[in-house]
Amino acid sequence: MPLILDHVNYIYGGDTELAVHALNDINLVIPDNQFIGLIGHTGSGKSTLVQHLNGLLKPTSGAIYFNGEDIHDSDFDKKKLRSKVGLVFQYPEHQLFEIDVFSDVCFGPKNLGLSKKETELRAYEALKQVGLEDEFFYQSPFDLSGGQKRRVAIAGVLAMKPDILVLDEPTAGLDPKGRDEILDQIAKLHNEMGITVILVSHSMEDVAKYVERIIVMNKGSVLYDNAPKEVFKHYKELEAVGLAAPQVTYIMQALKERGLPVNTEVTTILEARDEILRVKGVK
Amino acid sequence: MGIIKTDKLVFEYIRRDDEGNVEGITRAVDEVDLDVKQGDFVAILGHNGSGKSTLAKHINAILYPTEGTVWVDGMDTSEDKNLWDVRQNAGMVFQNPDNQIIGQVVEEDVGFGPENMGVPTAEIWERVEESLKAVGMYEFRKHSPNKLSGGQKQRVSIAGVIAMHPKCIILDEPTAMLDPNGRKEVIRAVRALNLAEGITVLLITHYMEEIIHADKVFVMDKGKIAMEGAPKEIFSQVERLKELRLDVPQVTLLAHELQKSGMKIPDGILTTDELIDALI
Repeated sequence: MPLILDHVNYIYGGDTELAVHALNDINLVIPDNQFIGLIGHTGSGKSTLVQHLNGLLKPTSGAIYFNGEDIHDSDFDKKKLRSKVGLVFQYPEHQLFEIDVFSDVCFGPKNLGLSKKETELRAYEALKQVGLEDEFFYQSPFDLSGGQKRRVAIAGVLAMKPDILVLDEPTAGLDPKGRDEILDQIAKLHNEMGITVILVSHSMEDVAKYVERIIVMNKGSVLYDNAPKEVFKHYKELEAVGLAAPQVTYIMQALKERGLPVNTEVTTILEARDEILRVKGVK
Repeated sequence: MGIIKTDKLVFEYIRRDDEGNVEGITRAVDEVDLDVKQGDFVAILGHNGSGKSTLAKHINAILYPTEGTVWVDGMDTSEDKNLWDVRQNAGMVFQNPDNQIIGQVVEEDVGFGPENMGVPTAEIWERVEESLKAVGMYEFRKHSPNKLSGGQKQRVSIAGVIAMHPKCIILDEPTAMLDPNGRKEVIRAVRALNLAEGITVLLITHYMEEIIHADKVFVMDKGKIAMEGAPKEIFSQVERLKELRLDVPQVTLLAHELQKSGMKIPDGILTTDELIDALI
């Protein structure tokens, strides 16, 4: 079910001299079944934007429509919205609290008022979807590794069966392997279940590798909203707002400047490899 | 003896169940010998749970060894009389800035350390200014830390440590939450402190690009030092690093992929310039 943001503004501390215009006339359509990357330097408004998507923050002006209904209408069912737009915050493992992994994942669906059977079925499915083995189900979540804990936390949101899954820097603090595992798992969820995923990330490399659309935030406004290759063409403008292109794009540019006629619109390592092999006539 | 030295450092903790009965003992750090020269930039890599942070917490006496000894600037960290000197000389920056900021205003927060050391007021303000400038947060000196973003807070935390003029700083994944620019600024600030002021740096990170200029890299696994050497030596072992759940810088990975596809490229390429030289 699509989510539409129509002229959304958000102002912090409106009546004081410290007022901050955190979101400035945001117009976005979040359709079904899309893998979106949301990037922007720290303080650009990403998290504020994300908190509007499930109604945690209310726009100062403008409206947000979920499946055609204004989410701030008095008769709108916010509880339902929160199960349909799942938010996974930074370091979600800090929110784990139950005595074992399985109970923790049950907490969300249980609060939706589902039957015990349905709740447990959903928890089981969600844990399978994030790739956690059965042997961990009845362990304390606090005995798991960082990457495992994070998967349990993501499963807790998945068990609500969201249409849109928003992940705020899901790989922060994980080792490189853990990073790849989580992102591969998320990509799989998107591909197999058709969930729209919004990945908030500071890693241009990860965004380039996984998403089909990038939304770039700067000073509370949307600076770019396009396919990765198009967005990363503006690498100079991105640098000016505290971002960058993937490192491999810079490598290709340097190669071109030094006389190797490569295509510089390359954003992943494997593309770069193939492009260099092509130019060098290997294979 | 170097500025930081550990001799057969072991740290064990006891796992207990809900009733408080002992379930077992985990050896988080296992006979680690470390010797860091004054002025070096040392990186510690390792997957989650490999023991990096536990090791780091020994260096400013947050944890004490179960067995073995840790010396900072020649002082044994397990002796109570050395505690404050150890902590002033080995400043620590953690991953999550929210756990480290206590001031109501940025400049007050940065001044907290030197104030507690009894630095004269005028000098505190000098230190606050230079520290905030070093991390690019001077213009926020009058702001409330609560209203800063995670990345900005982290730079304030680093300024708070620098203001104590430590001989070495230990940074435990300081950039894990920052955007590319923030990451660059922090690493640049840390390198400048290392090069210009000669402060010894111990950097724990999961970002391989941040440590290509390090003097030495240690890779930890299961509480032990699994690999040690210059960045070039470490990063030329792509497959071994992957086994240890780690990665290599993007340019090294590209060079490695090209190698696998049959191109003749030397091992351990760390910079774009090196790759260009190999290709052109």
